[in-house]
Amino acid sequence: MEQYAIEMKGITKTFGKVIANHDVNLQLRKGEILALLGENGSGKTTLMNMLSGIYFPDHGSIKVNGTEVSIQSPKDAFDHGIGMIHQHFKLVDVLTAAENIVLGLKGGITIDRKSTNKKVKELGDKYGFDVDPAKKIYNMAVSEKQTVEILKVLYRGAEILILDEPTAVLTPQEVDKLFAVLRNMKEDGKSIIIITHKLHEVLSISDRVAILRKGEYIGTIETATANQSTLTEMMVGHAISLEIKHPEVEQGPEMLRVHDLTCLNSEKVKALDGVNFSAFGGEVLGIAGIAGSGQKELCEAIAGLYPITGGTVLFRQKKDGVEVMENIGGQDAQNIHKKGVSYVPMAFVPEDRLGMGLVASMDMVDNVMLRSYKDNKGFFVDRKPPKELSEKLIKDLEIVTPGVSTPVRRLSGGNVQKVLLGREISFGPDVLVVSYPVRGLDINSSYKIYDLLNEQKKKGVAVIFVGEDLDVLLEISDRILVMCGGKVSGIVNAKETTKEELGLYMIKVGGGKEEIA
Amino acid sequence: MLSIILKLIVAAVLAGTPLLFGALGEILTEKSGNTNLGVEGMMYMGAVSGIAGAFFYGKAAGGAPVGVVAVLIALVVSFLIGALGALIYAFLTITLRANQNVTGLTLTIFGTGFGNFFGDFIAKNAGGSLVVTDGVKAMFKGIAIPGLSKIPVLGTLLFNYNWMVYFAVIVAVVMAWFFKRSRVGLNLRAVGEDPATADAAGINVTRYKYVATVVGGGICGIGGMYISMVSQNGVWVFDCVSGYGWLAVALVIFATWDCNRAILVALVFGALKIMRLYVALPIPSQFYDMAPYIVTIIVLVITSMRESREHAQPKSCGTNYFREER
Repeated sequence: MEQYAIEMKGITKTFGKVIANHDVNLQLRKGEILALLGENGSGKTTLMNMLSGIYFPDHGSIKVNGTEVSIQSPKDAFDHGIGMIHQHFKLVDVLTAAENIVLGLKGGITIDRKSTNKKVKELGDKYGFDVDPAKKIYNMAVSEKQTVEILKVLYRGAEILILDEPTAVLTPQEVDKLFAVLRNMKEDGKSIIIITHKLHEVLSISDRVAILRKGEYIGTIETATANQSTLTEMMVGHAISLEIKHPEVEQGPEMLRVHDLTCLNSEKVKALDGVNFSAFGGEVLGIAGIAGSGQKELCEAIAGLYPITGGTVLFRQKKDGVEVMENIGGQDAQNIHKKGVSYVPMAFVPEDRLGMGLVASMDMVDNVMLRSYKDNKGFFVDRKPPKELSEKLIKDLEIVTPGVSTPVRRLSGGNVQKVLLGREISFGPDVLVVSYPVRGLDINSSYKIYDLLNEQKKKGVAVIFVGEDLDVLLEISDRILVMCGGKVSGIVNAKETTKEELGLYMIKVGGGKEEIA
Repeated sequence: MLSIILKLIVAAVLAGTPLLFGALGEILTEKSGNTNLGVEGMMYMGAVSGIAGAFFYGKAAGGAPVGVVAVLIALVVSFLIGALGALIYAFLTITLRANQNVTGLTLTIFGTGFGNFFGDFIAKNAGGSLVVTDGVKAMFKGIAIPGLSKIPVLGTLLFNYNWMVYFAVIVAVVMAWFFKRSRVGLNLRAVGEDPATADAAGINVTRYKYVATVVGGGICGIGGMYISMVSQNGVWVFDCVSGYGWLAVALVIFATWDCNRAILVALVFGALKIMRLYVALPIPSQFYDMAPYIVTIIVLVITSMRESREHAQPKSCGTNYFREER
C-alpha cells in the first residue's frame, strides 16, 4: 500500500447550519504537486485550514505519513511538518521579514537578529527567492510578502506546503517565477497542495487535481489526462460554455474624459500620476494592473470619492440642449447637486461590496433607497418605489433571497453583487464603473454578471471594468488600459494583445518597449 | 530660583511614579491587544489591599512589624489584588469575548467601590483610621543613597527618592528591553498586532493575552499601592486615587506605547499634576487638572496626523480574537 504524505478521510466540518465540508477524502502523494480545485465557497480553504490547525474537523481522520494525527492548533501542524501560506497573508505589519519568520519559534530568550537575517537570506537563495530580511512588512509589495510567507513555512522545516490561491495577487511573470520555485521545492522532495480556481494554472503546475464541489469531494484525476472542459464539468457539476460573450457594438460618443488626473494618497505619494484616457459609449474598457497600482484610486476619483490634486474628470452632459463635457470630477454628490447638474451620469460598483456599496445590515429596499431617497419630497420617505424596484430586480436578475426585507448580509456573494449592480444599472447611467465585479463569485454568477455588463454595453453605456483575471479582461473588453504605479502604462486593443504583453505593461510603464528600441 | 526648580522636579518625580506604574501596566496589557480601561479601578484595588496588607501584618506582629516584611507584603498583595481585577477583565474579554471598553469601564467602577468600601470598612473596625505604623511609613520615605546623594544638584535630583521610584524606572527599562529584544516580547507584540497571524505561527494567543493582561493589572495595582503608602503617607484616604488611573491611560497614548518614553512622559505629567503648588497663575485650579489631558489630546492629534505605523496602538486593541470566526 502506498504511503501518502497526507490522507484525509471522511472529513466533515460545519459552521452552525452551514456545511462547509461533507465527507471529504483527500490524498497527497509524497513529492507531488496536487491542485485543489473548486469554485468559491466549495470548501477548499476550510478543508486546508483543518490541515493547518485553524479549524478542527467535526468528523473524520487525518493521517500524516501514514500515522493518524490530531491537529488541534497551528503549532501541531508545524510539528507534523505542515505549513500553510494563507490567501490573506498572515504577517505582522510592523515587524521585519525575519521577525515574522521566527515568530512563535522556540529558542533563546533573546533574538539574535543578525544571525536570523543571515539564515533567512541563505534559505531564500537556496530556492531562488529575492528577499531583504530586515525590511518591514508594511514597506513590501504583495509579491514580496508572499515570498516571506513561503520562507516562513520553509524555515520551520515544513515538508508539506499548502498554498491558498497564491497567484491571485501576482502578475503573469511573477506567477511563472513562483511556479519555478514550486518546482524547485518539488525536486527537493516537498509535497505541495495548491488551491486555485484557475484552470490553466492547474494544468501547468500540478501532477494531480482533486476537485471539490459545494463542500463535497468529487474526485481526483491525473492532470495529464485532464483538460479545461473536463475539469470545469467536475467543478461545476455540468458542462458550461467557458466563452464570455463579446457582442460587437458600434462605438458611441465619448462619455467620460479623464485628463491629466493626479491624486495624492495619505502619505503624500502620487497614487495617480497624470492619468489620461477616454471612455466611449458602447464599449467595455478593461483596466488591468497589479493590485494597488492605482485602480482603486482611479475608480474613486471618477466617482468623486477620492480627492483630486490635479487634472479633470469630464462627463458628457446635456446643457441647454447642447452636449458638452462638464468637469464634475473631485466633487462629492452634494456639491454636484448644488451646481445645478441634476443628474450624475455615472454608476459605481466598488470592490468592497458590503463595505462601500451596500449597508450589510439593511435590507434590499433600504439599500436601493440609499440611491434615491433624496428625490423624495417632504419629511418622510416613500418606501413604495424602492420596494417595487427591489422586487423587479429579484425577478429580472434571478436574485436568490428569502425576500426584500432580508438583510443583504445574509445573501451569498453572487446575490449581493447582483443587488448592487442591479441597483446601479436601474438608474440608467452613461458611465458604469465596476471594480472587481466577479471577485469571490462562483462561475455561474460570474457569467451572469458578464451578461449584465454586455447588456449595458449594447445600450450604449461606457463600461469601465477593473479586473484581475487577464483572461476575462481579454475576452470581455474592447480596449484594455494597463496601470502601473499610478500611471497609464498603456492602452491596447483587446483583440490584438496577449497576456504576456499586458504583463509587461503591468510591471513597467510603456511595457519596457522604449528600452528595447 | 534653582532650588524652586529642583523642588518642582523632585515633586514631579514623586507625583509621576504612580502614573508610570499605571501606564506600564496598561502598555503591557495593550501590547496583547486588550484595551483595559479599568486602570483606575485596579489602582484602587491595589491601593487599599497594599495598605491593608501592611496594616494587618502589623497587627499580627503585635504592633512591631519588621519594615522589610511589611513592604514585601504590601508589594505582593497589591500586585495580586490588581492582577485579580485584571483577571476578571481577562475572563470576560478573552474567554467570554465581552466588549473591552464596557468591561474596562465596569472594572473602574467596581475597583473604585472595592477600594473605598474596604478602606472605610477596615478603618471603621480599626477605630477610625486605617494607618500603618511609623516604622512601615519610614520604609516608604526617601532614601539618601550614601555618597551619591551628596553630589550637589544631581544628588537631590536623582539619589534621594523612595525605593518605589527606582523600582518603577527599572520595570520600565526591563519592559522596554523585553519588547525589543526578547523572543517572548516579539511574540506578544505579534499577538497584539495581529492575533490571527500569531495564532497561525503557533503562538498560544489566549495564554499570552491572559498573562499580559493579568501581569499588567498587577503592575497597575502596585501603582495604586504607591498612592496609599507614599503619596498619602501610609494613611487610607477616601477617593485617594481619584483620576490617576485615567491619567495613566492618557500617558500611554502620550508615550506612544513606548516604555522608555513613558518614563519621561510620567515626569511631565507629574509636573503638570503638582504645578499649581509651585507656579501660581491667576486661573481656576481646574485648568491645572485639565493640562495633562489637553497635552494628550494634542499628542493624539499629532500622532494621528503623522500616521506612523510603529508609534501607534497595537492594531488588534479593542477587538477580541476568536479563531474560528468567519
